[in-house]
Amino acid sequence: MHAFDFTATDDVDRALRLANTDSAFLAGGTLLVDLMKLDVMTPKHVIDINGLNLRGISVNHNGLRIGAMERMVDVATSSDVARHYPMITKALLLSASGQVRNMASIGGNLLQRTRCDYFRDVRTPCNKREPGSGCPAQTGENRNHAILGTSTSCVATHPSDLAVALVALGASVRLRARDGVRQVELGSFYRLPGETPHLENQLRPGELITDVLVPALPWARRSTYVKIRDRQSFEFALTSVAVALDLRDGNVHNARIAVGGVGTRPWRLPAVEDALRGRPTHEHVEAAAALATVDARPLAHNGFKVTLLRRAIMRAVMNLAARR
Amino acid sequence: MTSDGLSRRGFFGRAAVASAGTVLAGPTAGALAETGTAPPGQNLVTVVLKVNGVRRELTIDPRVTLLDALRERLDLTGTKKGCDRGQCGACTVHVGGRRVVSCLTLAASVHRKEITTIEGLATGAELHPVQRAFIEQDAFQCGFCTSGQIMSAVAVIREGRARSDDEVREAMSGNICRCGAYPNIVNAINQVRGES
Repeated sequence: MHAFDFTATDDVDRALRLANTDSAFLAGGTLLVDLMKLDVMTPKHVIDINGLNLRGISVNHNGLRIGAMERMVDVATSSDVARHYPMITKALLLSASGQVRNMASIGGNLLQRTRCDYFRDVRTPCNKREPGSGCPAQTGENRNHAILGTSTSCVATHPSDLAVALVALGASVRLRARDGVRQVELGSFYRLPGETPHLENQLRPGELITDVLVPALPWARRSTYVKIRDRQSFEFALTSVAVALDLRDGNVHNARIAVGGVGTRPWRLPAVEDALRGRPTHEHVEAAAALATVDARPLAHNGFKVTLLRRAIMRAVMNLAARR
Repeated sequence: MTSDGLSRRGFFGRAAVASAGTVLAGPTAGALAETGTAPPGQNLVTVVLKVNGVRRELTIDPRVTLLDALRERLDLTGTKKGCDRGQCGACTVHVGGRRVVSCLTLAASVHRKEITTIEGLATGAELHPVQRAFIEQDAFQCGFCTSGQIMSAVAVIREGRARSDDEVREAMSGNICRCGAYPNIVNAINQVRGES
């Protein structure tokens, strides 16, 4: 691990004043400490923000607000969240381990870096870690990589389950910097890799996520998160589906759907949402799910994700539609 | 402690010092020094930890993890270093009553926090009910993951959300046991859940 200076503060303004292009904010540490040990992240200054009062989980007629320093476990065990947005609860409970959920903050969860092995190994090239150095995953080991939103520079998936649920719900993040506050919808917060995979999101250097805001969506009470992975627990998604259905008299009036483990960012599927309208028969849902992979570009080892994604969508939608 | 007054830890500690002395006296000493870790930062930090009820003060490089602080500075070697990447759970301790992996926790970030390790579970000679259950249910083989398993189990039982075998297994999924003692670990946890 490279040496760094360490400052802890309980004052947001001081944290923002201290921050610069060579600093990193430390919350739960489950990502930052891991990547510092691997020399993937080498901040010169670590600013411990665990003392910041960016807390609170509240639901009202506008929707849900989550303070960025709430831990995954606190949101996962909130009865308000479980009642109004079960897909958020489920996405969190299917993430990581009990220990990691006790540590990791909500803001940090949304800023997770990819689990691509080439990104995590500094002995190999990686355009995301070292712009212009190349992408061995294009022709190398790419079973876990993306089939949607890829470029010739990067095919890495975004690892957060929570982000997939939040993108489906049209959530935003509130960002604070020295010069003010702004709000960005999470769907556009994450960038496509294109030729600049090192630029992963809209966060500017020294800017801090302070809140997550989820709009009110009464029919999100009928929502779920399905995650398919190589082992039953404590594993990242091969494919995941966040879905909410507005079901009236057995017909789908509206749907929200976003998928994970398959895209270079959490991937909303508006075409599938539109096509799901109507009676959710097997054939109807199958036809809608097929639209998910129209633009898929499978690599040598991840072609199975095309079929897996369609079937995961079908399972999630059919089970949710059948639920009383 | 063995009958001749040598603890296992003390013996291996001495053996390690002896072998290190041999290596450093040999021709590879220079090479070893070059491949050592990066030089320490200038900004040492003073950290106060309340470990198993005892106030401990340390002046450390901010890179030091809670795991290394416990083992190397405070001589609390019951907490084990397995993967050192947050993936195996051998280093599980409680911070402020919550179970965490100490390998991904910077010691400086838990300044003034209450830390409980495996050494802090028993009350005098009286084992914690989870420690007793692990012995009675034969819930370990090599024992390397056991302190982490027990720390995790204590928290899982206290959290109260694991009510079936499947839920116990899910709640314990952050603790890997390469000997495969899982069925008896579930039994040990169920024994304590039944007692309480």
